[in-house]
Amino acid sequence: MDRRSSALRRLRRRGGYGLLLMPLLFLAIFYFYPLASILGVSFAPQGQLDLSGFRRIITTPYYAKTLWFTTWQAALSTILTLGLALPGAYVVTRYRFSGKSILMAMATLPFVLPTVVVAAAFSALIGNNGLLNNALESLFSLDRPPIQLEQTLALILIVHVFYNYAIALRIISSYWANQSLRMEESARVLGCRGWRLWWEIRLPVLRPAILAAGVLIFIFTFTSFGVILILGGVRYATLEVEIYKQTVYYFDGLPVAAALSLVQIGIMSAMMLLYTRLQQGNSGDLRSATQIARNPETRGEKLLVMSHVGLMVILLFAPLLALVARSFTLDGNLTTQFYTRLSQNPRGSVLFVPPTEAIWNSVKFALLTTVLAVTLGLAAAYLLVQRRFRWLDPLFMLPLATSAVTLGFGFIIALDEPPLNLRTSPILIPLAHTLVALPFVVRSVLPALKSIPASIPEAGRVLGASPWQLWRLIELPLVSRGIVVGATFAFTVSMGEFGASLFIARPDTPTMPIVIYTLIRQPGVANYGQALAMSVLLMGICGLSFLLIERLRTAGVGEF
Amino acid sequence: MKQLLFWMSAIVVLLSFSHLSAQENTLTLVTYDSFAISEDVQTAFEEQAGVTLEIIRLADAGIMVNQSILSRENPLGDVLYGVDNTFLSRALDADLFVPYESPALENIPDAFKLDTEFRVTPVTYGDVCLNYDVAYFKENALPLPQSLMELTAPEYRELLVVENPATSSPGLAFLLATIAVFGETGAYTYLDFWNDLLQNDVLIVDGWTEAYYTYFSAPGRDGDRPLVVSYASSPPVEIYFSDPAPETAPTGAIVADDMCFRQVEFAGILQGTDNLEAAQQFIDFTLGLQFQEDLPLQMYVFPVNPDAELPELFTEYASVPEKPVTLSYDEIDANRERWIEAWTDEVLR
Repeated sequence: MDRRSSALRRLRRRGGYGLLLMPLLFLAIFYFYPLASILGVSFAPQGQLDLSGFRRIITTPYYAKTLWFTTWQAALSTILTLGLALPGAYVVTRYRFSGKSILMAMATLPFVLPTVVVAAAFSALIGNNGLLNNALESLFSLDRPPIQLEQTLALILIVHVFYNYAIALRIISSYWANQSLRMEESARVLGCRGWRLWWEIRLPVLRPAILAAGVLIFIFTFTSFGVILILGGVRYATLEVEIYKQTVYYFDGLPVAAALSLVQIGIMSAMMLLYTRLQQGNSGDLRSATQIARNPETRGEKLLVMSHVGLMVILLFAPLLALVARSFTLDGNLTTQFYTRLSQNPRGSVLFVPPTEAIWNSVKFALLTTVLAVTLGLAAAYLLVQRRFRWLDPLFMLPLATSAVTLGFGFIIALDEPPLNLRTSPILIPLAHTLVALPFVVRSVLPALKSIPASIPEAGRVLGASPWQLWRLIELPLVSRGIVVGATFAFTVSMGEFGASLFIARPDTPTMPIVIYTLIRQPGVANYGQALAMSVLLMGICGLSFLLIERLRTAGVGEF
Repeated sequence: MKQLLFWMSAIVVLLSFSHLSAQENTLTLVTYDSFAISEDVQTAFEEQAGVTLEIIRLADAGIMVNQSILSRENPLGDVLYGVDNTFLSRALDADLFVPYESPALENIPDAFKLDTEFRVTPVTYGDVCLNYDVAYFKENALPLPQSLMELTAPEYRELLVVENPATSSPGLAFLLATIAVFGETGAYTYLDFWNDLLQNDVLIVDGWTEAYYTYFSAPGRDGDRPLVVSYASSPPVEIYFSDPAPETAPTGAIVADDMCFRQVEFAGILQGTDNLEAAQQFIDFTLGLQFQEDLPLQMYVFPVNPDAELPELFTEYASVPEKPVTLSYDEIDANRERWIEAWTDEVLR
């Protein structure tokens, strides 16, 4: 090798690192800097370090109790979701059936809905006066509603599964679709069947994807705010709720809130370290995927497919349908007034937002978020796939584990001077969304990237492919499923995101969730109905976008 | 694929630049989420003062005050609108405001002028009261409760839904009302009252939306509780946002003596403003008839200016309590944390 070409390679490698370091820079500016600012103000208001917040947490037994509840409900929600989604992922990976892509797109819809709306959907379905209870009461002439789930732990768990099912389903099935069947076939030939096949072959093969989905779901349910507050009622409190209360209501609450935020971040980091360890020493077996999905043939297979599609429909679509139905009814009569009212402004109010404007704002922010998150997430995945940078992995998950209230306050303090005077700039919204979306892209792409055997790009290199060609023709197609899943979630997170947008200062750029939130906080049945109608529109637009994203992938890299 | 990337980056660049059009001579109003005025009223002010009014929204009154305190050195805007008496003390202690005694205050009743140094100016008031489902009380021939104490009586068992004071502003107001009425010491304290409410199966939920739409039994909802903590202004607004308009009011507010908590909202000029003159004009404007008469149907609150005429809907369907409960803002701020913690310990844990 002559000197010139090695210098060139060095340069290229450095340039490459520069690119790969972009996501770290992004995190440093928009996450660590605001976080450090708010922690600084909280722990050292007068320049003197004051750690009394921690002392209060340790000496108050209530916090230990809250922490314990937060942890075990998250663990239980995660296990339940994974347990239900795994057979679902099996069915969608192995079998072809009509309506599959629509089913997959629809499965992601719950994710986009604000919690108040999900609460409304569930109460319309299984509340004391909900559809199901009313039907059962009149059917069996009961005088009390037979389903009493309001304000129970069971309802929290059901809704957590409802929200997170898609994460598990999509991450696991997109990974699975790229795994070779060879091992499984050999095992079968050797007489491995049923449970043993799952336990000894499939689960180990899927371990990276299951862990990736599991860790996302755990973090999501650990920091669950709305679901637990609204559906579980006030008896169940998580750390998030405590942080909100301390920040907003208590004069000297900031140190306690900051300490709680740090505890939350600490637990998440520990989780992530454990996850990174469990991830090690694994490499999948990638191969073309088109042969894997086939039509169900035997009666058993058909039954399997039908039962799982049925389960998904009941779990995911019944509440959504209840919501749609609710948005079209008033006192038992069919009406479209909530939809038509959406574009009317009888009061001539400045608060009024034409639905087209809200939709456009949301879509605009979501597109920006998707592009940012996919670019940064892909770079991050390339960074993390290298053994010596693996320890950085937990950093990319931290934004998910950080309370939106805390971060919102951090933005206000940190981003207040040029060149970063972004506090009241609309650009802050997609930036905040990107922080939340980034972990999804990383978790979706990294397992696929890791399972590319080194031999494949090497072969390409030997055959004289340029790095661009290598990436474009070999790596990109192999991780494209992961990218699509990541992009879908990034888009969805941004469309439905509402916590982070709520806690930053907003000029006049209301998104759909913000419009829903504003409507639902005013008296009047019409306002409530309009909020539900806007939620249905939100679902519709997301559903369309999912199909479009899926189309883009096939157009971009081709089915391979 | 390259094309796709190109178009995507083009979109990003275009979108990011579309926001860079900054306006000169703007007055920035920092307020909470649900701030609303008529477009006409905004235009009238802009023409009168020769400025563009920019509205920056923060999540709620509590967050707004805290974020303003944290950004004191480098404020978010020129005027802060919407601090109420439950957060006033904190904002005043943090020295957020430039004092300004508006000439328009002359007309305003002294009862609203809580700050004698005129750092903030009262603009609106409203009362947190129980709302009831008219049909339920009629069908069951049940009399309305006429005092907080009556809520613990067996005939109101399982009827009431209230909000958690730790997460909801009307919830906090209702807790403050019980503290003002029953006190912290003596034979029967506010915590005794809450225990009796619990015995009577009160339902406590996280926020106003869940209470009012999910659990309240008024028409158009799925709930089954005919009593809810809301505002005295909710019944007219409920009618306003019903289509077709109902012949009789579906909900009402109970405004008996000592059952409602009064909230007064203020506006103040933020320290560090470079547009003092326009900010003072805005304060004057908020007390003027145009702004004051716009308030009821925009933000569902009452004008502090007694000359302002209420819309017909309000004169017909809204009731204003003659003797609402109130506590001094100093007292509220000094004790809020202790009260909420004591309540949470007693009622939830």
